[in-house]
Amino acid sequence: MLKQKILLVLKFLRQLSGDDAYERYLVHHAQIHPDARRLSRREFFKQEQERKWNGVRRCC
Amino acid sequence: MRNKVVRTMIWLLIAVIGAAAVGGIALNRGESINAIWFIVAALCVYAIGYRFYSAWIATKVLLLDPGRATPAERINDGRDFVPTNRWIVFGHHFAAIAGPGPLIGPTLAAQFGYLPGTLWILIGAVLGGCVQDMVTLFFSTRRNGRSLGQMARDELGMIGGVAALVGTLMIMVILIAVLGLVVVNAMKHSPWATSTVFATIPIAIFIGFYMRNIRPGRVLEGTLIGVALLLFSVVGGGWIDHSAALRGYFDMDGLSLAWFVIGYGFLAAILPVWLLLAPRDYLSTFMKLGTVILLAIAIVILRPEVKMPALTQFIDGSGPIFGGALFPFVFITIACGAISGFHSLIASGTTPKLISNERDIRMIGYGGMMLESFVAIMAMIAATVLDPGVFFAINSPAGIVGKEAADAVATISSWGFAVTVEQMNELARQMGEATLFARTGGAPSLAVGMASIFGSAFGDGLLAMWYHFAIMFEAVFILTTLDAGTRVGRFMLQDLLGNIWQPMGRTSWYPSVILTSAAIVAAWGYFLYIGVIDPNGGVNILWPLFGMSNQMLAGIALSVATGILIKSGKLKYAWVTGLPLTWLVIVTTSAAWQKIMSEDVRIGFFAAANDMAAKLAAGVLPPDKAAVAPHLIFNQQLDGWLTLFFVLVLWIVVLDMLRVVARHLSGKPVLPVSESPHTPSRLVEDWVRD
Repeated sequence: MLKQKILLVLKFLRQLSGDDAYERYLVHHAQIHPDARRLSRREFFKQEQERKWNGVRRCC
Repeated sequence: MRNKVVRTMIWLLIAVIGAAAVGGIALNRGESINAIWFIVAALCVYAIGYRFYSAWIATKVLLLDPGRATPAERINDGRDFVPTNRWIVFGHHFAAIAGPGPLIGPTLAAQFGYLPGTLWILIGAVLGGCVQDMVTLFFSTRRNGRSLGQMARDELGMIGGVAALVGTLMIMVILIAVLGLVVVNAMKHSPWATSTVFATIPIAIFIGFYMRNIRPGRVLEGTLIGVALLLFSVVGGGWIDHSAALRGYFDMDGLSLAWFVIGYGFLAAILPVWLLLAPRDYLSTFMKLGTVILLAIAIVILRPEVKMPALTQFIDGSGPIFGGALFPFVFITIACGAISGFHSLIASGTTPKLISNERDIRMIGYGGMMLESFVAIMAMIAATVLDPGVFFAINSPAGIVGKEAADAVATISSWGFAVTVEQMNELARQMGEATLFARTGGAPSLAVGMASIFGSAFGDGLLAMWYHFAIMFEAVFILTTLDAGTRVGRFMLQDLLGNIWQPMGRTSWYPSVILTSAAIVAAWGYFLYIGVIDPNGGVNILWPLFGMSNQMLAGIALSVATGILIKSGKLKYAWVTGLPLTWLVIVTTSAAWQKIMSEDVRIGFFAAANDMAAKLAAGVLPPDKAAVAPHLIFNQQLDGWLTLFFVLVLWIVVLDMLRVVARHLSGKPVLPVSESPHTPSRLVEDWVRD
C-alpha cells in the first residue's frame, strides 16, 4: 500500500519534471506514426528543450 | 438530505471562522497578532471563493463543458498539444506563474502596515486575479490555445492586438530591470551572497551538460544533483566569506555587480537553452516549490507573532520605501499575488494546450492563482514578523534616512519604530552580513524574515545559513526570469523586425540573435544602471513602474475577456470581468496621474526631475551627486513619459473594447466570436487521468 503510494508520487514527479517525456514520446510515436524515424533519447531531449523555451514560459 | 445539511453547516462554519479571522486581523490594535490568523483567514477566503464564486463562474458564466473536446484532445500532436493529468497541468501552470513578484511586492507594501496589503492580496485575488487567470485560460482553450495578443486582434481588432504586443515587450523590460536591481542589492558588498549566487551559474551549466551528454533527458536525477550542489554552494559561500584571501574577490559594489548581471543576461540570451536556461529553470522550479512548502510548514509549526502595526503613519504617502499614499499605491505595489496581468500570457498559449477536459480550467486557472496569492500572504508574514524598526532599517534607502548607521537609527526611531545600531549590528552578525542597513529591494528583509522563521522552527544555530539560503533561492529564480524574459523579448523583437527585413526574423540567424539580444539587454540594462547609481535605491522608482505596467497588461486581458463575454451574449455577466477591470483602470489611472502630475518630488517623476535640475543649476548638490544628476534627471523624465504611455495604452484598449461592445449591442457588425467549433470529447475519463 505504502509502496504503491510512493510509486504514484514518483510517477507524478517524473511527469511533472519531464523526466518521463521520452517514454511518453515512444508511446505516442508507436501509436501515431510508427513508420516515421524515431528520435534517439538525446535528439528528442534537445528538440524538447528548444520547443519548450520558444515563448513565454516564466512569469514575474 | 442529511448530507446536504451537514455540508451547509461545514461551509457556514468556514464562513464564520474566516470572518472571525479577517475581522481579528482588521480590528486588532494590540502589540502583536499571531501569524496563524493570516493563514486561517487566507485559507477560509480561498475556500469560499473557490467553492462558490469560481463554481458559479464555471457553471453560469463560462459554461464549462466537460463533454467538449479540448484542443489538447483534438490536436494531440504529442508536442505542444498533449492531454495531461490535471494535477500535472496545475504544477506546470503554478511553476510558470509564480515568480519573485509575490515575494517582493508584499514586502515593500508592508510599509503601510500589515492590513492594507493583506486585504488587497485576499480580495484582489479572489475577485480579480483568479478570475482573470480562469477566464483567460478558458477563452484561450476555446480558441486552440491562442495567445492574448492573437485573441485581442481576433476579437477587438488591430488596435488591441498591437497594444498587447507592445505592452508585453515594455513590461518585460521593466520587470527584468527591477528584478536585476533586487539581485544586485542583495549581493552588494556581501561576499557570501555574491559567491553563492555566482556559483549557481557553473552549477547550472554542469547540470546542462549532465542532462544533455552524460545522462540525456534524466531530468529528475540531474535536478537532484543540482539542488545538492546549490545547497553546498550556500555552505561554500560561508567558507569564502570567512577566508581573508578569497572574500575580497567577491566583495563588489553595486555598479560592478550590475555589469555582471547585464553581461550574464546577454550571454544567457544568446547561448543555447540547454546550456544555461533550461537546467537553471529545473533547479529554480524545484527550489521554489520546495521552499514555499517549507515556509508554509515553518509558519504553521512556529506560529510567529506579527509585530508590524495594522496601519502605519505612512499611509499618508510619506513612507521611506516608496513615496505615495495608501490609495492607489498599495494596489500598484502588490500586483503579483493579487492580480497580475503577466499571468494572462501563461494562461493563454502554454497551459491551454495541455488541458484534457474543460472542467479542469476552474482548478488550474482559479486555483493556481489562489496558491500564488497564498505565497504573497506568506511573504507578508515574513516581512511583518520582523521588528518594524528593523524592517525599516533594512528597507529604507540611504538617501532617505542617512548614510551613517547612527543617523538612520535616529530617523527611524523618531518615526516611533525603535531600533538601535547594536541591534542591527548583532542581526547582521547573526546573518553573516557586514551590514543590513539600507539593503533595499525586499530580498534581504525577506531573507531575514525567512531565516528567523526557519531558524526558530528548525534550529537557531544556522541563521546565517538560512539567510543565504533564502538569498540564493530568490536569486536563482530571479535570474531564471531574467534569462527567460530576455529571450522572450528577443523573440518578440525578432518577430517585429522580421516584418521589416525578413532575415531579422530568423530565430537561429546569429547576427540577428546577437543584435536583438543586445537591444533587449541594453533596454533593461539602462534602467538597472540608473537604479544602481540612484542614491534613493532605484526600487522606489522601478517597482511602481513595474506595478503599473503589470496592471496595464491585466487591464488588456480583462478588456479582451469582457469584450468576448458581451459579444457572446452574456451582457448580464459582464461585470465578472468588468468590475475588476474598472477597479484596475481607476487604480492605474490615479497612480499614473500622481506619478506624472504630483508636485511632491518623492512621487511625481517630472517634479523630481525639475527639483534636481534646479538644485544642479544652483550648485547645491555635492560633487558625487552632481556627477550622476544629469542621468537621473533624464531618467525621471523618461519614466514620466513611460507612465503616460502605459496609461494611454490601457485607455486605448478599454475604449476600443467599449466601441466594439457598443457596436455589437446596437446591432452593428463586429468581428465574429472566434471560438473553435464544438467537437464532442471522446476521451475516456480514466484513460486521461490514469
